[in-house]
Amino acid sequence: MLRGLGKLTWIEIKIFMREPLGAIGTIVAPALVFVAVGHAMTSRTQTVSMSNFARVGLPVMASILIVISAVLSLVTIISIYREGGILKRLRATPLRPQTILSAHVLVKLLLTAASLLLMVLAGRRYIPPGVHPPIISFAVALVISTCSILSIGFVIASIVPTARFAQPVGAVVLYPMVGLSGLFVPVATFPPAFRVLAHLSPMNYAVRLLQGIWVGEPWSAHLADVAMLILFFLLFTALSAKIFRWE
Amino acid sequence: MRSVIQVSGVRKSYGKTVAVAEASFEVNEGEIFGLIGPNGAGKTTTMECIEGLRKPDSGSIRVLSLDPFRDVYKLQNRIGVQLQQAQLQKRIKVWEAVDLWASLYRQKTADGDRLLEQLGLQDKRNAWFMNLSGGQKQRLFIALALINDPEVVFLDELTTGLDPQSRRAIWDLIRGIRERGKTVFLTTHLMEEAERLCDRVAIMEHGRIIDIDTPANLVLRHCPERTIVIEVSDPGAVERFKLIPCVESVERNGSQFRIHGRGDLVTEVIHCLSENRVRVTDFRAILPNLEDVFLKLTGHSIRE
Repeated sequence: MLRGLGKLTWIEIKIFMREPLGAIGTIVAPALVFVAVGHAMTSRTQTVSMSNFARVGLPVMASILIVISAVLSLVTIISIYREGGILKRLRATPLRPQTILSAHVLVKLLLTAASLLLMVLAGRRYIPPGVHPPIISFAVALVISTCSILSIGFVIASIVPTARFAQPVGAVVLYPMVGLSGLFVPVATFPPAFRVLAHLSPMNYAVRLLQGIWVGEPWSAHLADVAMLILFFLLFTALSAKIFRWE
Repeated sequence: MRSVIQVSGVRKSYGKTVAVAEASFEVNEGEIFGLIGPNGAGKTTTMECIEGLRKPDSGSIRVLSLDPFRDVYKLQNRIGVQLQQAQLQKRIKVWEAVDLWASLYRQKTADGDRLLEQLGLQDKRNAWFMNLSGGQKQRLFIALALINDPEVVFLDELTTGLDPQSRRAIWDLIRGIRERGKTVFLTTHLMEEAERLCDRVAIMEHGRIIDIDTPANLVLRHCPERTIVIEVSDPGAVERFKLIPCVESVERNGSQFRIHGRGDLVTEVIHCLSENRVRVTDFRAILPNLEDVFLKLTGHSIRE
């Protein structure tokens, strides 16, 4: 069924690492943001809201950046593969489409984990005293969030005509979601229309879940968020399977 | 001879454009079968229907007794495919591609290293795909098409864009595939390629198969006329030439004669020359080829 998955995943990781600029950018950029913003905020007089952001908002924001770069990179790779006839060539083997997508998702999840690890290591001293983030739980929450938001990437990747459009279309879809995610401004203060929009995006649930887990809330408090993220994942994956084009 | 591919009444359109209007033919086990015609004739679409990558609008196709669209995964284990204008990941290494392909098949696969060696790619094992030359890429695609030890190999415009030397090297490789008992189905718009390589060819134009036979029979059937240009010092030879049964006309220009006729003209003329002990200073036979057949059948050259 998933014959070739392990080998394809390993080859895709190696291929990704062979483009040093892309690889470094993807893994290092979120950690740099975390350290730079963390440094800026701890070196100045702290207002209450600032310190609150440093405590919860910053790690979550950096994590969302990790997720977004994973999604954009997935969308770009799939569209380049389609445009270059690579997907078509793979299709003429017993390789199943779900194996190809799964391999790329696995690569992105591994990169996400690597970025998170780097962020936590590099930014350790900007994690305010008194906060002991449960890194393993947070990593699990990040994997769930990544899968869910990546599935939006499947849909975009299934329909963008050329690789040139992939990145901008992805950005146009994803960045407004961040604005509506409640990361910077609480969703409750949005005008009603935006509030509805916010609830229709997995980003909102991802942010709630990540924030909660970071500050040590139990999983039981976030079952609804996890359920919504899984629901979005199933929905978008099914949709992309319907509209996926090989060439 | 067992037939391994049966195509009957296949039709395929994209929107209003009819790519394949009517295609019916059979491919026999162990032969090199060529689908020839100009770009846009419907060759690739026909081939991709047979490979199970496209579903024909109507008609039926059987490959190795399988329905290529319904049994596509079963079929893909038993065929090897090289696609027109396909690419691999830019930075995948040659050995990685071969290794990945080998892992995709259920059956025991061919020895990848030996394949690379046979295809002259052993020095390129560690090269990135993007750094291979056109000919090397095509040879790698042949290796990938052969990795599962397939019964039928499909090659789509394999030598397009290659220099004559690489083209000849690839022709030898394809003959090698046939010698191993495989069936080869290829498309080409190069008449010379079809003539030298294929056991049988189907000529396709505007989505229709116009005729199918061996290249020699096609030429014999559609372009039976032959011309021999010779230079002899004996001025009386012209009368002798006119007596040869299959000669239709003789033109004389000084010591040069152009003898027009059909059928077995060459043998007859040689026979006549030797019987009469005529001294020949130049001898050239102008024989029609597939290109001429194409021109005759379609009213235009394949390059137009």
